[in-house]
Amino acid sequence: MGLYLLRRLGQAAVVLWAAFTVSFVILYMLPGDPVAIMLNPGGQATYVDPEAEAALRAELGFDKPLIEQYFTRLIAAVQGDFGTSIRTGEPVLNSLGGALPETLKLAGASLLLAITLGMALALTATFMRAKWLREALLSLPPLAISLPGFWVGLMLLQVFSFGLGWFPAFGNDGVASLVLPAITLGVPTGAVVAQVLANSLGATWRQPFVEVARAKGVSRLRTHLVHVLRNAAIPSLTIVGLIVGSSLAGAVVVETVYSRSGVGRLLQGAVAEQDIPMVQGLVLVSAVAFVVVNLLVDLTYPLVDPRITTRRRVGA
Amino acid sequence: MSDIVTVSAAEEGNVGASGAAGAAGAEPTRGTGGRSGPAEPSLRRRAGSGAVAAFLRPGLILSVLVLLVVIGWALVPTWFTSVDPLTGVPAEKFTPPGAAHWFGTDETGRDLYARTVHGAGLSLQATVIAVAIAMFVGTTIGMVSGFVGGVVDDVLMRVVDVLLAIPGLLLSLMIVAALGFGTTKVAIAVGVAGIASFARVARGEVLRVRNAPYVEAAFASGVRWPGVLARHVLPNSAGPLVSLATLDFGTAILSVSALSFLGYGEMPPTPEWGVLISDGRNYLASAWWLTTLPGLVIVAVVLAFNRISRALSAWSGGER
Amino acid sequence: MTAVLTIEGLRAGYRTRDGFTEAVQGVDLELGAGEVLAVVGESGSGKSTLAQSVIGLLPGNGVVTGGRILLGDRDITALGGRAMDQVRGAQIGLVPQDPGVSLNPVHRVGRQIAEVLKVHRLARGEAALARAVEILASVGIPDPEVRARQYPHELSGGLRQRVLIGMALAARPPLVIADEPTSALDVTVQRVVLDHFARVIAETGTSVLFITHDLAVAADRADRIVVMQGGRIVETGHARQVLTDPQHEYTRVLLAAAPSLTGTRLIGTSPAPGERTPSGAVEREPALEVSDLVKDFPLPGRREPLRAVDAVSFTIPAGSTFALVGESGSGKSTTARMATLLERPTSGQVRIAGRDVTGLRGEALRQLRASVQVVYQNPYASLDPRFSVERIIAEPLRAFRVGSSSDRAARVAELLDQVALPASMASRRPAELSGGQRQRVAIARALALRPDLVVLDEPVSALDVSVQQQILELLVDLQTELGLSYLFISHDLAVVRQVSNTVGVMWKGRIVEAGATQALFDDPQHEYTRELLEAIPGRGAGAVP
Repeated sequence: MGLYLLRRLGQAAVVLWAAFTVSFVILYMLPGDPVAIMLNPGGQATYVDPEAEAALRAELGFDKPLIEQYFTRLIAAVQGDFGTSIRTGEPVLNSLGGALPETLKLAGASLLLAITLGMALALTATFMRAKWLREALLSLPPLAISLPGFWVGLMLLQVFSFGLGWFPAFGNDGVASLVLPAITLGVPTGAVVAQVLANSLGATWRQPFVEVARAKGVSRLRTHLVHVLRNAAIPSLTIVGLIVGSSLAGAVVVETVYSRSGVGRLLQGAVAEQDIPMVQGLVLVSAVAFVVVNLLVDLTYPLVDPRITTRRRVGA
Repeated sequence: MSDIVTVSAAEEGNVGASGAAGAAGAEPTRGTGGRSGPAEPSLRRRAGSGAVAAFLRPGLILSVLVLLVVIGWALVPTWFTSVDPLTGVPAEKFTPPGAAHWFGTDETGRDLYARTVHGAGLSLQATVIAVAIAMFVGTTIGMVSGFVGGVVDDVLMRVVDVLLAIPGLLLSLMIVAALGFGTTKVAIAVGVAGIASFARVARGEVLRVRNAPYVEAAFASGVRWPGVLARHVLPNSAGPLVSLATLDFGTAILSVSALSFLGYGEMPPTPEWGVLISDGRNYLASAWWLTTLPGLVIVAVVLAFNRISRALSAWSGGER
Repeated sequence: MTAVLTIEGLRAGYRTRDGFTEAVQGVDLELGAGEVLAVVGESGSGKSTLAQSVIGLLPGNGVVTGGRILLGDRDITALGGRAMDQVRGAQIGLVPQDPGVSLNPVHRVGRQIAEVLKVHRLARGEAALARAVEILASVGIPDPEVRARQYPHELSGGLRQRVLIGMALAARPPLVIADEPTSALDVTVQRVVLDHFARVIAETGTSVLFITHDLAVAADRADRIVVMQGGRIVETGHARQVLTDPQHEYTRVLLAAAPSLTGTRLIGTSPAPGERTPSGAVEREPALEVSDLVKDFPLPGRREPLRAVDAVSFTIPAGSTFALVGESGSGKSTTARMATLLERPTSGQVRIAGRDVTGLRGEALRQLRASVQVVYQNPYASLDPRFSVERIIAEPLRAFRVGSSSDRAARVAELLDQVALPASMASRRPAELSGGQRQRVAIARALALRPDLVVLDEPVSALDVSVQQQILELLVDLQTELGLSYLFISHDLAVVRQVSNTVGVMWKGRIVEAGATQALFDDPQHEYTRELLEAIPGRGAGAVP
């Protein structure tokens, strides 16, 4: 177990480094000059003072060779400095202060909804004997995934805020303002959970050991919940890890639709203003969240499947 | 190379693996074999006729029709509407959907149906660019990785792993931030975000087919490797890739429209589906059709692509 | 005395999109207390459907359409839901086919046995677990307390099957169905497991419905045998009687086809062409000579590699058959792959027709392929599903640019004829052929370039026994006709005995014993060879003629 944990921690560090590198390559090496953009938003100005440009470049460290910039920024990131916004001049982490809790609330609520919905749908659908009922239930997730999230958000607003007036249309006030955003973000992810879980439940039901359990006299329901579910849970656990990791991306759309403040909204704004260091900082925050969640998921694997920690020993 | 070694090592060294392989191959009379035994010939036949039947399903026909219409919109919008999408009739602003204006009109009296039809070109063009980038780059990476193996495979797959770990939309946002705005740049951003999954599938397919005994049998018959690649590996691995590409069209439409909704695509008044919805956002309470109807068009197109992808994968799976 | 199990006119089948396939077409049988009844049949005979109908576990599209199943006096044909749950496990136990996948991988072994007691309310909690340990001990598992706390993956295949036997018997059911209980196990393990099984059922007086494709196993283990074909019982009788005096034509075919250690061999007992040296004839070089072959596989995370093949040497005289026999993991397949240079040896030498080919690469190696061909174990996987039979057989000819396309078509027709397939098969695809037909296509492909040496890697182990026999006969005929040399890889000593001139027994990467086939079978020298020979079913009381 100790070795397993150590290996996972090592992998997590590698993923963080890789995320940093990918974001650096995309944001700093692709054509597109943050300083020029900053001094000339929208490309409207006809003249930019070269001296001012050079000064700014030096101040932000953009005049150094790329490889040197890479290491400077990498070392800073390791020490907890995720960069400074070129718009506000504030460190990225400072602007997170009020935004992060709001996004965490949104992500938490939608994850809860996603897991509950996904598990309920998958468990019910795969337990159905009537084929048409099973297929009808299982056709729901692909439908939910095919809907554009921003459009679903707007539809919900139209019906439940403007039409029925049940929930506020925007803002971050209280639980009521969280309901529609959480549904918008949680339903499609719940659909993914349902799809993956239903697939692996179905596949597990076809395993010989399930027939053996039934031959012991174990009822269908008990087989479903005691034997099949636990064996089928592993692929879904992985998916839950990935979903949480991608909730920032989802939050960009949902927070924009509902005009909520949060990390997603910050990112939306940073991209709109091409505030490169800010974008990188937020991506790194998201990568940290992703890594932490997946580490937690990894640590629950051995609890679910005893083969995981010992596989190495047996394989050799 | 390393993959061949691992596989054969597993075959000889690992009792569990060879036991399972043996159980699949060596016991035709085992429970499952006996169960499917009597039905097997009919199952095989069914795969063939099933593919034909699948293409005759009403849902599938509808999906093909939807796509044909939308492709028509994109190629020759003037066949479908004679109304100018850019100039409005102020007197007719906020007209609800009806016989004169199928999709209603917007805040300056522009016909929403005309704008949707004319927007198809830009939206589909971006989608095609995105899928082309994802498929071409991804498949090349995956095939090289799977076929060359060794260190090349290790390095390429680690890169792919990292790309897969970053949510697609986030990757696209970074690229947009670096490249700037516009439909083409959005398309590139969406395409790059799709590369990793194509690489994964392509590599998996190449490995699956490459390790298939019939490929080794071809080598053992003295066929040279380009021949093996062209005649055995590519045809047998194409099915899942084609089906993924179709599926990716749906995903790409969603991503492209999401990015233009967020304001990174074309500037108004250019009609583009994501932009149309974004424009209508300000009139949610008064003019429901401005967001609802263009959104429904997107949903219909995405569902159509998904349905066709499902049929393609059932068809290629049945043939295997 | 009432029978434990009575089946009257049972009909069962499967609903498919094409309609209904009836797999069991009116079966009657009776099983007495303490009796072991073997149901023998090939794939498609309906024997597994029969077993699943009895225990009420037909797959989703399966349905019993007629007849009755009586357990003692109780009709269980139409029982479903909870009532049938109470029958399963308590009244009928099941020993499944493949122990590798038949235990729940995430539950401890003891808990899985205790679950039987728990769901039938025979014991609970600690008491049930304690009882599970006793059950493990009773089926001959050493250290039962330790084993009970382990997970299935920590147990070997043989131990797992013993756990499953214990599980089937845990609630002391009067009837146990054993569905091909050992066909997934190596032959030596098979014997040990079946011995334990026989002992336990004798002790408890349990009746057994023993489903198997292997007549020899049935002969060893059953009191009575029923033979099934096409969903019907074609013959019933006492084990000895069925074997010595079969009444039905199909039983005779099965018996004749079952390879055994005492029946006639397919090849003459006279020395193989390579062994005799007629005066004046030019002696042909040995078809294959390997010396000191070694293969190491690097293990991830270990400095010491895995030595899969260790200093293996043998010679195949031209025109003869050398068989490598061994259980899974013995290194026999790796040796075969090195002999054909599909795998590079770590060290050692391969000589084909007197020429050292060990270091050949690129075009020279490709040219060599024309004289050495391979037939693989699984004919379902070794033929490209998209190719027609004609294209498959012609592929080696195309690769070496032999003749024009009409020449090649003629050659394909000739090859089809040689492997006894009708010419009309040429346009078919593999999916439309049976297993035996596919293997004939694979053989035709191997012969297309008129090779000198053919490596046969378990060529019949994926086939039904009657088909097996036909393929073996074909191989022997082709050898005589074309003067081929064979390297024959197999786990099945009885098959090897039929076709090979010389045999090498492989164990843990080494050849532990080699020699002329008959001599080795009559007087094995090495301990392991003796163990292998004794484990072969069919040597018991019934003894297949």
